[in-house]
Amino acid sequence: LTYLVNSPVFQVLFFGFGWLFFMRQLFKDYEVRQYVVQVVFSITFAFSCTMFELIIFEILGTLSTASRYFHWKLNLYVILLVLIFVVPFYIGYFVVSNIRLLQRQRLLFACVVWFTFMYFFWKLGDPFPILSPKHGILSIEQLISRVGVIGVTLMALLSGFGAVNCPYTYMSYFLRNVTDSDILALERRLQQTMDMIVSKKKRIAMTRRQMYQRGEDQSKQTGFWGIIKSVTSSPSASENLSLIQQEVDALEELSRQLFLETVDLQATKERIEYSKTFQGKYFNVLGYFFSIYCVWKIFMVKFWSQHISFILVGIIIVTSIRGLLITLTKVNSAIPPSCVSPQGMYFVSSVLLIRMSMPLEYRTIVTEVLGELQFNFYHRWFDVIFLVSALSSILFLYLAHKQAPEKHMTP
Amino acid sequence: MASLDRVKVLVLGDSGVGKSSLVHLLCHNQVLGNPSWTVGCSVDVRVHDYKEGTPEEKTYYIELWDVGGSVGSASSVKSTRAVFYNSVNGIILVHDLTNKKSSQNLHRWSLEALNKDSSPTGVIVSNGDYDREQFAENPIPLLLIGTKYDQIPENKRNDVLARTAFLSEDFNAEEINLDCTNPRYFAAGSSNAVKLSRFFDKVIEKRYFIRDPCQTTAFTDKKRFNFKSLHYD
Repeated sequence: LTYLVNSPVFQVLFFGFGWLFFMRQLFKDYEVRQYVVQVVFSITFAFSCTMFELIIFEILGTLSTASRYFHWKLNLYVILLVLIFVVPFYIGYFVVSNIRLLQRQRLLFACVVWFTFMYFFWKLGDPFPILSPKHGILSIEQLISRVGVIGVTLMALLSGFGAVNCPYTYMSYFLRNVTDSDILALERRLQQTMDMIVSKKKRIAMTRRQMYQRGEDQSKQTGFWGIIKSVTSSPSASENLSLIQQEVDALEELSRQLFLETVDLQATKERIEYSKTFQGKYFNVLGYFFSIYCVWKIFMVKFWSQHISFILVGIIIVTSIRGLLITLTKVNSAIPPSCVSPQGMYFVSSVLLIRMSMPLEYRTIVTEVLGELQFNFYHRWFDVIFLVSALSSILFLYLAHKQAPEKHMTP
Repeated sequence: MASLDRVKVLVLGDSGVGKSSLVHLLCHNQVLGNPSWTVGCSVDVRVHDYKEGTPEEKTYYIELWDVGGSVGSASSVKSTRAVFYNSVNGIILVHDLTNKKSSQNLHRWSLEALNKDSSPTGVIVSNGDYDREQFAENPIPLLLIGTKYDQIPENKRNDVLARTAFLSEDFNAEEINLDCTNPRYFAAGSSNAVKLSRFFDKVIEKRYFIRDPCQTTAFTDKKRFNFKSLHYD
């Protein structure tokens, strides 16, 4: 077993898994031309998974302490290298390549961008009490501490949102009652709006064509006679046109809103149908339990032992990762395909946080590897951001819920 | 103004291939200055002279319904989109010549639109798989348009054109390859303008004129002849 683990078999497996996930899920409908992005993503994913694996080994006590230590060090160095050097450099490189002006000196400008990033990255550490003065400038603790701050903030934001959103999504108490006739009525309104837009556009098109045929087209008002003509002829036709165009713009805005509301109602109806199935009921019950835990966590009543909280923090992390990846999948066509670095930071900081929930006896090796970082600071920072995020998510969801198109539903 | 008869043509394709730019070019003869993501459906109208230059010339409105979204959208989005697919007389399939996935997704787009159409000679689809014969007898005329032609590197051009030729044969449709930011592709008298005009004429004919068997076979034969002659170029 030791030989198997010492060899890079697992790393290769994780790499392959990350690659597959990238291809199948994230970029299913879009062609990725830059293989570099794929490689970097898979590497980050592979090493992050290895880190989790090492934690599990730590708890289970497999391998010798020395080899575990060696693997930890190796892993950390590689991930930090990727996160801080490779990824920002490539992001800068791609951004610079897209700007035509700077294309000649791409490498030079990419280096400039990278140094700017490093400057801000360094400055990030100043307001936080994360270091003791006995560490040098380029020590590993400096880098980890900064990565940790960014990652912990991200995680707390996501966990806070996840803690609130999860019960909201899964519990049927919050599902509004939508009937088929509601949806049909809304669809009919959408159809009527589209028909009105079409008839107005027909008028515009016909008027324009007649104006063009009569030589009244705006683009032809050049020269002396053009100016005379434009002064003397009645401007009623073009005034009419701009009025109709304004009406069309308003109607188009309305049609977009109606479309989105219809999609929303359809989605709610599907969720209601899903909640009536066996799977749906199972998740509903889970949702109740989970929401109770989330509420309890929000109010920070640390009553139970650390083991259970470790497992549950793990679940929150997994669901937030899942939510993050789903959101990534939805947004993938809008963003450039190199948003890898926040994810890497996310993974590194989740190691730090797992340490927070880990029972005391396993903390030693993590402390030894990561140096003397101020772990208490991270705990407090996480709690603060978590609370802020959870409360603002509650506010946001409450507003969204209240603003729902209740007028479309039968009482 | 007298109200003319109208036909409805869907413009389908993946996000970002250039449908909105294309529709704007077709209806206003101008390049779209600020393309943005289409939410729901945006309609535009083109005034078309059927059988231009002949004694039977008549003017029609062609409604171009540009439906936004992607093939992999949630089912709630798909069922809402189905509202726009009613009583369709023609379909323009748009794909990005620099993106192979968008061409592959066209099969799914056409299935989605054709399944929703409730015309009496409706297309019967078995388990959603693509079947070439159904497109051969399809009563709804199709047109294939490839965009971003100018962005294909010179050495890849022949491969891309061969691929799109296969695609147009699959769909039993004419094809046009262009760049939506350049109005000269549809300049009067160019082969693209002629193909477009022929497509709209075919749509109008299928909608308004009782199908004369001799006439349709002549039409399809003429189209096939033109297509075959392209091979020998």
